[in-house]
Amino acid sequence: MTVSTSAPIVIPSIHYLAILPVIILFGASLLLVFLTAMVRTKITQVAATAVTCAASLAVLVVTYFQWRCIDKSGASTTIAHAIVLDGFSVVATGVIAVSLLLATLVAHDWAVRERVQGAEYQILALAASAGAVLMTQANDLIVIFLGLEILSLGLYVLVAFDRHRKTSAEAALKYFLLGGFASAIFIYGAALVYGATGTTNLTTIAYFLASNVVLHPGLLYAGGALLIVGFAFKVAAVPFHLWSPDVYEGAPTPVTGFMASIVKVGAFAAFVRVVISALGTQMETWRPILWALVVLTTVVGASLALLQRNAKRILAYSSINHAGFILLGIWAGTVRGVAGTLFYVITYAPTVVATFAIVTLVGGLGDENHSIDAYRGLARRQPWLGASMAVLLLSQLGAPLTTGFYAKYSVLAAAIDQGGSALALIALLSAAIAAFFYLRWAMTLYADETVEAARVVVPRATGLVVGVGVAMTLVFGVWPGPLATLAQHATLLFNP
Amino acid sequence: MHSSLWLSALLVVPLLGAAGAAFGRSKQGLSYAIAVASAAVEMAIGVVIFLLYNAHVAGAQTFDFATRYVLSAPFGLAYDVALDGISLFMVELTAIVVLLALLGGRDKRREPSFVSWLLILTSFTMGSFVAHDLLEFFIFFELTLVPCYFIIAGWGGREKNKAALKFFIYTFSASAFLLIGILYLGLAHQHQTGGALTFAYGVLSSTSMTHSTAIWLFTAFAIAFAAKAPIWPLHTWSPLTYAEAPTAGSIELSALLAKLGSYGLLRFAVGLFPLALADVRPVMLTLAVIGIIYGSILACVAKDLKRFVAYSSLAQMGFITLGVMSGSKIATVGAVLLMFNHGIITIGFFLIIGFIEQRRGSYQVADLQGLQGPAPVLAGVFTVVMLASIGLPGLSGFVSEYLILIGTFAVHAWWGVVGAFGVVAAAVYLLWAYQRVFQGRAVGANAAIPDASTKERWVLVPIVVLIVVLGVFPRPVLDRISPSVQQLIEHVAPSGVTK
Repeated sequence: MTVSTSAPIVIPSIHYLAILPVIILFGASLLLVFLTAMVRTKITQVAATAVTCAASLAVLVVTYFQWRCIDKSGASTTIAHAIVLDGFSVVATGVIAVSLLLATLVAHDWAVRERVQGAEYQILALAASAGAVLMTQANDLIVIFLGLEILSLGLYVLVAFDRHRKTSAEAALKYFLLGGFASAIFIYGAALVYGATGTTNLTTIAYFLASNVVLHPGLLYAGGALLIVGFAFKVAAVPFHLWSPDVYEGAPTPVTGFMASIVKVGAFAAFVRVVISALGTQMETWRPILWALVVLTTVVGASLALLQRNAKRILAYSSINHAGFILLGIWAGTVRGVAGTLFYVITYAPTVVATFAIVTLVGGLGDENHSIDAYRGLARRQPWLGASMAVLLLSQLGAPLTTGFYAKYSVLAAAIDQGGSALALIALLSAAIAAFFYLRWAMTLYADETVEAARVVVPRATGLVVGVGVAMTLVFGVWPGPLATLAQHATLLFNP
Repeated sequence: MHSSLWLSALLVVPLLGAAGAAFGRSKQGLSYAIAVASAAVEMAIGVVIFLLYNAHVAGAQTFDFATRYVLSAPFGLAYDVALDGISLFMVELTAIVVLLALLGGRDKRREPSFVSWLLILTSFTMGSFVAHDLLEFFIFFELTLVPCYFIIAGWGGREKNKAALKFFIYTFSASAFLLIGILYLGLAHQHQTGGALTFAYGVLSSTSMTHSTAIWLFTAFAIAFAAKAPIWPLHTWSPLTYAEAPTAGSIELSALLAKLGSYGLLRFAVGLFPLALADVRPVMLTLAVIGIIYGSILACVAKDLKRFVAYSSLAQMGFITLGVMSGSKIATVGAVLLMFNHGIITIGFFLIIGFIEQRRGSYQVADLQGLQGPAPVLAGVFTVVMLASIGLPGLSGFVSEYLILIGTFAVHAWWGVVGAFGVVAAAVYLLWAYQRVFQGRAVGANAAIPDASTKERWVLVPIVVLIVVLGVFPRPVLDRISPSVQQLIEHVAPSGVTK
């Protein structure tokens, strides 16, 4: 497109309610930057945490008003159709806000324990969350890329945050190099899709593909495939997962929990939009790719976790397994599939943040104590903490009466609905493999041996996070009705 | 139609008991008392339900106490309970098993947690038996794994961790097939009707499907139930798990959870996929008789008493499968009766083995000899249980095995013939085991074991009474089972066999 210099620049109309969450998160981030620069003394952790928590609560309030707005007048787009305000984005934004809130509380206690000074952590976490929210709302490949980069850049630094540990820097470098590579692949894919369809707007791409027959689809296929590869990197789908165990292990543990939750939400939300909204007409083309991704991701993720003895690496592979399940919902590509994907991330995010909260606590001063043996007999010494961990593990395993069961249930139903019974069976059998290491871990928690180990200190904020995570897992595990309705309702308000 | 609150009470009372036991952990013995009290209440509710049950509620197909409450429409999740003559006896068995397991299998290590898990397991098992909705059934079915796992891993023998993991992974993998099958059926039904997603048993039983779909779905269901039951060749988890589980755990597993497999096979696999039956019947009947023969042979050579019961259970589950799959009404009634009888008989076996283990510190056959000298009561009860298991007329096992064999023989003679050898084989392995353990001359530690204490005798009394009463006067039981089985058989074979 050429913009002639004589034409006046038309500023597209902006629906501020739609972008308010991004503004709030960025604003809070900038506020902390300003305070750091302007205030003579170092900003205390309490102040920085308070600002972050206030921002995430504010975002939650905004999502409520956004929801009401959509409920009343339907999904809409704004800023020249680059940003979309629909049920899907609002719910995903809410999940990101909750994850940020919980992860910040965990990080607060961690920062106090490790004597981290300054507000850098919160600044970066807020910015990264803003990027993730932008991804959930993006209706344009360029905006998705913007969100992706903002999210990733924040995380690259956060991963390297633990300057005393070499592994932290190593993980950050690895993440940065591979992440940069993935971003390049993604943007190249976006360029090819632009070449094939003449636009980067998702709605317009979908319209173009629906109303034209692409006679030489090579460019489009290549572009779509590269986009999928880019996303597969971000969600750590096999075979693009190699960075994930090292990064999970090397990053400071609260960062790992934060990353595991919001990256999944942001990346999967954008994944859904690109694959289902924009390329929905090409379903038959990309389904086999996703089929292979699901099989590889679920099976390899579960199998490789069996070999690990490090809690964070186990959880890394476990999250790879979960990514495979979420992909199952995208593979289905239907309303049920999108709702399943959304339900999965809604329930998975708090579970994984709470799990990493406990891992942070057990890690102890220096964040080094992550061998699975550190958990031996934990439930005997500290029944509540141990039982919480057991519940969180059972939820990830997919045991009934936890949200993990319904999460798997919702994506499996979506896949079977589309004739993917074999695929669903493979994924579910991988969950049986995964059950092995979750149970082995649970068994370690309840081991009889009286090991001389120091009591794990549970600070109040982290304790709260664990409590919230476990409560959500159990309450919605017994009574998934509200969340299921929310996910379905949100998807019905999905901007196609 | 009676109030469904009775069934809900069956689910809630053990949970309350479990909570009470957990909170009563501070005081010595309080947890145990609470647990026994709640199990007794459960038993009382079971008796009331037995007396109230009415097979002839209009329009309910022999189901009574029914209710349905939708919990989540998008998921098709509902709380839906109902009871018919088949599930009635599974419910009774559950109530009896938990009470006797608590009384006879008391384990004083970390007792509050132990009895809590046991009661939680009871609630979930009850849930599976009264569930009238496939998804709900699956949830309860799967949930039973969790307390079982913790009971085995927490209180088992030397290889408890291995046994618990093997048990969990094995059954968890197998039930993956069941979940996929259930989802497929529910979604297929939704596509046909265009209505809301539902997994209600009564509704789904009218789903129309192609012949091959029926066979696939039957296979998926059968895999899960065969692993649970266990039916040969999916039984390989059971010997290790039965041997390593604590006494109460072995009782729950073999007397109760095994019945979840055969009950599920009858109610869901046979009940929902009549189209598949003609094709899968030869296969299933063959597996059943292989199980009978294979289990009998291995029971002969078992080196310890728990494995011995595990293998003899495999043979008995073979009989049950034979009856369930035969398509004959008589044999199916016999199979349901045998599920109940085998449960009672197995409690008897495992309780006595548990008592012997307490006294001798071993349940290896090689370590035991001549126990009938020092412990005549234990030997006597063992004899009664054993003879019931062999199928001696006048004892409970006879009625059920007779019905199964005569029913099967009438419609599928050759499998009936081979299966009948199982009765002979049972006599061989049981009597031989009795000889090795109880007869001969007791020396050393074997001579010094005390006989059953008064409390232990009281625990054994109801088992002997049930065995004798059901052997002599099975009528009240058969009268309640028959209408429901009739209904089921008519549903699955409208034109055909109702011999």
